[in-house]
Amino acid sequence: MSLKKVHDNQPNDFKFSEENLKKAEEILTKYPEKNQKSAVMPFLYLAQKQNNNWIPLAAMKYIANYLSMPYISVYEIATFYSMYNLAPVGKHFIQVCTTTPCLIRGADKIVKLCKEKISKNENEISKNGNCSWMEVECLGACVSAPMIQINDDYYEDLDEKSTLEILDSLIKDKPLKPGSYRGRKNTAPEKQSINGEKHA
Amino acid sequence: MLKEENKIFKNLYNNLGWEIDNAIKRDDWKDTKNLISKGREWIISEVKTSELRGRGGAGFSTGLKWSFAPKEVGSRPHYLVINADESEPGTCKDRDILRFEPQKLIEGCLIAGYAVNAHICYIYIRGEYFNEGKRLQEAINQAYAKNYLGKNACGSGWDFDIHIHFGAGAYICGEETALLESIEGNKGQPRLKPPFPALVGLYGCPTIVNNVETIAVVPTILRRGGKWFASMGKPKNTGTKIFCISGNVNLPCNVEEEMGIPLKDLIEKHAGGVVGGWKNLQAVIPGGSSMPLLSKKICDTITMDFDSLIENKSGLGTAGIVVINKDQDIVECMARIARFYKHESCGQCTPCREGSGWMWRILDRVVKRKATFSDINLLSDVTKQIEGHTICAFGEGSAWPVQGLLRHFRKEVESRCREEPLIKKKIDNPYLVDQHLLENKNA
Repeated sequence: MSLKKVHDNQPNDFKFSEENLKKAEEILTKYPEKNQKSAVMPFLYLAQKQNNNWIPLAAMKYIANYLSMPYISVYEIATFYSMYNLAPVGKHFIQVCTTTPCLIRGADKIVKLCKEKISKNENEISKNGNCSWMEVECLGACVSAPMIQINDDYYEDLDEKSTLEILDSLIKDKPLKPGSYRGRKNTAPEKQSINGEKHA
Repeated sequence: MLKEENKIFKNLYNNLGWEIDNAIKRDDWKDTKNLISKGREWIISEVKTSELRGRGGAGFSTGLKWSFAPKEVGSRPHYLVINADESEPGTCKDRDILRFEPQKLIEGCLIAGYAVNAHICYIYIRGEYFNEGKRLQEAINQAYAKNYLGKNACGSGWDFDIHIHFGAGAYICGEETALLESIEGNKGQPRLKPPFPALVGLYGCPTIVNNVETIAVVPTILRRGGKWFASMGKPKNTGTKIFCISGNVNLPCNVEEEMGIPLKDLIEKHAGGVVGGWKNLQAVIPGGSSMPLLSKKICDTITMDFDSLIENKSGLGTAGIVVINKDQDIVECMARIARFYKHESCGQCTPCREGSGWMWRILDRVVKRKATFSDINLLSDVTKQIEGHTICAFGEGSAWPVQGLLRHFRKEVESRCREEPLIKKKIDNPYLVDQHLLENKNA
């Protein structure tokens, strides 16, 4: 279970935008009529997207009303699942995978760089206000380790140099492209160099 | 080595394009209508002939699972649910299927859905795979545009719809009943079994839950015959499998190979060998983090299939192979896995909720060389107390890797312990109290 803290400054009001209302109605058609509660997870995502990547309590109340379910059930779900942010995160939200397959290929170095470049502590907004980072558990791209996720995109096959470049580009608000940073094609084995030492 | 013609996932690296037109060139959706017209009995018996075992970790016979679904639809509809909540550390095979072979999965869903009488299929994708989910949705839309899905799907007379449901970062939702809870809009906490989902599953209706890879190989099995699939691999461990080789290897990669391939071949031929050579190998986790690790001696000769790994007190799991060489601190690696389980425990059963954190704290002390010899017995005891005492297999998943560490690296662990206990003054300890906690006043 993840430990999450609800943000201190909460907005009083929350409403889906016109566009999201349409999306919400569309989502509801996916589930049987008497099981509208199923839409709570996609709704929380919608709210998170609409509210700069975090979910205020007002949004949970709004969703609870929308789906006629108890507020506490929505709260329960928002706190249970780790991808729902209950406090503001940076515009560029960096998640560093540090589980064993990434760890043994040097994820700790990436964490160190994040501490130096972004902020000393996890979940702390950087000085210029547009980045934050956190350690997460396995992101499911183990053969491309070490890797980080920035918002929705995976940045794979990193080393210290490429991580620095990526972090700098985020600070300057001009993010580099996602994908492999060793120029390999997806998860195919790379061509081995002659001395066989083409690895992190 | 698996012959090119016998590979099921020809576009694993996206050399040929994932779009539906390219997929059709690779024989996806070929004669699907014909396959379905042969009837449920034939489909299930052909899958049984192939001896396909579920690729999600447990290795249960797929044909058998399908035959558990009620033969006739009663008052409740049937559902098919695809488990794409791939979160097991070391595993990233489903991601490539979702990205590059989505039509195989979609066609498999239609066939499996027909076989188990389901008109609706939910694909549960982990939330982090946002782009993969988007890609799959595009692929589903392409299939709808060609009338392969929807009313009278693919001309088979069967109505079939597929919906995607995103998870939100909970490892436990890979457990089938937790996954169903999550789709229903609850916390992902596993249900007691029985009743099994095949009878009481999603919304209380009969539900078949299968892994992405299992479903994606079904159309090819039906097209080429169950016997063809069964001719590869070993008896009862048939067919091909995508192996994910990560960690300290020169060329980490995903690769499709025959079941029962020697681990050494897999690492040396496909993954460019261990960093520092085979003699530098320390241990291998053969099937995702919940499977106990193997020592080098076993790795020399082991073959990668369900049964030979069980003989060696491990398991094939999801076939996510994590190679650890001698440059790594093995205890730290396992302590990190213990931390993973501590973080991901859903908190429903006490042995797992408390035990997973306890194991991590002890292992962390071993890493920091602050543990005592009695801690090792305590650790081993805790793993035994978790195992078998939880609702779902997460308990075993968290206890087994630690047991594997103690089985193969006990000397290494002992060499980091010291004799004198942490707490100097004598306390009348009740059984199984974590000494370390006694340092805290509020323990």
